[in-house]
Formats: sequence, C-alpha cells, structure tokens
Amino acid sequence: MDLSPIWLTLKLATITTSLLFFAGLPLARWLSSGRSFFKTVIEALITMPLVLPPSVLGFYLLLAFSPQHGLGKWLHEAFDIQFVFSFKGLVLASFIYSMPFMIGPIKSALQQLPTSLTEASYTLGKTRWQTFKCVLVPNIKPSLITAAVLTFAHTLGEFGVVLMIGGNIPNVTRVASIAVYDAVEQMDYTSANNYSLILFAITFVMVIGVFIFNKYQAKSPLE
Amino acid sequence: MISVVIEKRLKVYRGQHMLKIAHEFAGGSITKIFGPSGAGKTTFLKTIAGLIKPEQGKISVNGEIWLDTSSGINLSPQKRMPGFVFQDYALFPNMTIAEHLAYATKDQAWIDHLLKLGKLDTLTDHKPIHLSGGQQQRLAILRALAIKPKLLLMDEPFSALDPDMKMELITELKAIFKKLGSTVLIVTHNPQELEGLIDNELYIG
Repeated sequence: MDLSPIWLTLKLATITTSLLFFAGLPLARWLSSGRSFFKTVIEALITMPLVLPPSVLGFYLLLAFSPQHGLGKWLHEAFDIQFVFSFKGLVLASFIYSMPFMIGPIKSALQQLPTSLTEASYTLGKTRWQTFKCVLVPNIKPSLITAAVLTFAHTLGEFGVVLMIGGNIPNVTRVASIAVYDAVEQMDYTSANNYSLILFAITFVMVIGVFIFNKYQAKSPLE
Repeated sequence: MISVVIEKRLKVYRGQHMLKIAHEFAGGSITKIFGPSGAGKTTFLKTIAGLIKPEQGKISVNGEIWLDTSSGINLSPQKRMPGFVFQDYALFPNMTIAEHLAYATKDQAWIDHLLKLGKLDTLTDHKPIHLSGGQQQRLAILRALAIKPKLLLMDEPFSALDPDMKMELITELKAIFKKLGSTVLIVTHNPQELEGLIDNELYIG
C-alpha cells in the first residue's frame, strides 16, 4: 500500500495547525475584546467555511491564485510563487478552511474569562502582551488544546477545497481523502478501505483524547 | 492630595443615570465610600484606576495629572498603577499564592512580609480554587499591596472575612498604609464597618 497520501495528510495537518495556532491566538483575542461592525464582518468571514460548500471556497481560491491572471499572476511573476496545484496551495486552502475550528473555541474561552482578570493585571503595571501571555492564555489551556486537535482532525478530513486547488498529484497534492476517492473511482476498494480506516482511526483517537482531557470541564469539546 | 472631578453616564434599568462626583482626598488618608447598590461606587473606583473612561473629568494625584478630558490626557492603568482589590477578587486561576505575588513584585522580602501579614505563608503553593473565600480575599488584598501603591482602591475588601480576622487584618493594614504613605479608598455596603480605620467618608447615592 502506498502510504504517501497518509504522510502528506499528516504533514498538511501539522503545518496548518501550527500556522493557525500562532495566527489564531492574536486574532481570537482581538475578536473577543469589544464589538464593532468591522469585527462582526471579519468574524462572519472567518465562519463562512463552516457553512459554505468547500468546492465554492476552492473555486474562488483557484480563480484568485490562477497564474494566468490577477493576484496569482503577480505572485508567480514577482516571487515565483504558485499556489494552484502545489502543496503551498493546500496549506493556504486548509488555513482558510480550518480557521473557524481554531478561532471559535479560543474566542469563546477568552470571552468567558472575567474582564477583572485583565483589569487586575493592568493595575499591577503589566502590559497587554504580558497579560495575554501570563494570565489569559494559561487560563484557556483546555480550549487551546481542543482548538488545535479539532483543527488538525478537520484538516485530515478536507476534500473538496483541496481537490479544487490542489488536484490529484501523487506526493504533491494527493492527500488521503483524495486517495480514497481516487481508489474508489478505480474500483480499488482495498486501498480505499485502508486509507479510510487509517483516517477513521487517527481522528477517532484524537477526538476521544480531547473528550478524556476535557472531562473535568464537563463539556463537549465542540463547545 | 488626590483631586477627583468626574461625570460618568451609568446605564441603569430603563434609562441612564449621571454619576457626578467632585471630591478631594488628603494624602495618606483612608476614606470609606458607601451608598446604595448601583449608585456607581465600583465605577468610581474603576474610573480613578483608568479602567473606565468618564464622559468628562479631571483627576490629579499628588500633582500629577492622570486624567483631563478637556486636554485629552488619560493615563493608562499601567501608568497609574493603583493598588486595586476587586469585588470578585480577580485572582488568576493558573497561579499559586506565591506566583500571584511574584507576578506583582520582585521584592522577595516584601512578599514574605505580606504572606505573614495575610497568614498565607503556609499555603504559598496553593491555587485560588483550593483556598477558602476569606483566604482568597486576603490574597487579593496582598496582591494589591505588593506593588506598594501610593493609591489603594478597595472594593468590598473585607466582606468574606470573619469578624476576628477582619479586626486583626485592619489593625495590620493601618500600619502598612501609614508605612507606605498610601491614600486609601474603601467601598463598603456596611455603614458600621471599618470603625477605627477610616478618617473620612464619602457618600455616593
């Protein structure tokens, strides 16, 4: 059995989760503090992948980053960067597509912390960054782990969006979910079953791990 | 000398209420602030701390302007650094007693002194969740004192303490306030509370 789709999927999920973790933390902090129309619009955009068909997002990414026009052409000519049908493109698409799974739990957790914690830290002379690092982040640890695991597991299961922007190139863009589809199309049910079983096992272990870790919080990891 | 003149709009049930206060607090004095619930006592303390911005106002502390809405001056809470004891204690759930105080100051001798004062020196590795209400409240007071504030704002700071502990702590605190030269504003619901500690009173109604 060719395990390269599994390794590629794990690589994609690891990179996507890492990038989203560091980008998501400050973004979630910004979204959790105060309200404005601009923030509401940004939050709605971040939430869109939850409700939008993945193929729609993939289609627009394909258009935006096509090396024939616009942004994609400029990136290609100026920096020799091509997102379409490349691993970089998968990372970009996964980053956007999995964003609500990282931002949502972190933002909710930050909003549930009493504002007096931040205020107390400020009156001790601590900066916003020190308060964020020493007071806020350590007190939302379970939600951080939930967000990271859900993002990782969700990236493992992506199909439509990665197929649209990445296609089905062995060792480059053929991730496990696409390998399953490809194998079924070729009537190779054994390979399809092997890939499916591995994906099922990995995601099940991760989700049950989060449930066990969060059992003291007595809430669903999806909250 | 602390001079406070503020106007802050408060949202109340079915309308708004304008909190207007103009008062001077002598340096090193201890003032009791009392009045009915919802009158704006906590808002008053938070406005002085720089956590809430009033519609109009001027606050000067020992000659330094902290707030002057007419000239756009509004120092951050980090620059004002008042000691603040929050009504809900605002203890950090991730930190032990020792870590709370170490977060506020690097002066270990002062930390040791405070721990003895609050009778928490045997519980330094305990987190807030493992402390009683009274112990949590004492930790909140100690943390505010850790930065040796020139101005100390206390919002219902003794509500969870038993009468003996309260009397003992108040006696000790009085000595500390004098030593630090702190001006202290204490919000309380109980008009009879704080006998023997306070110099002045301010009613907010």
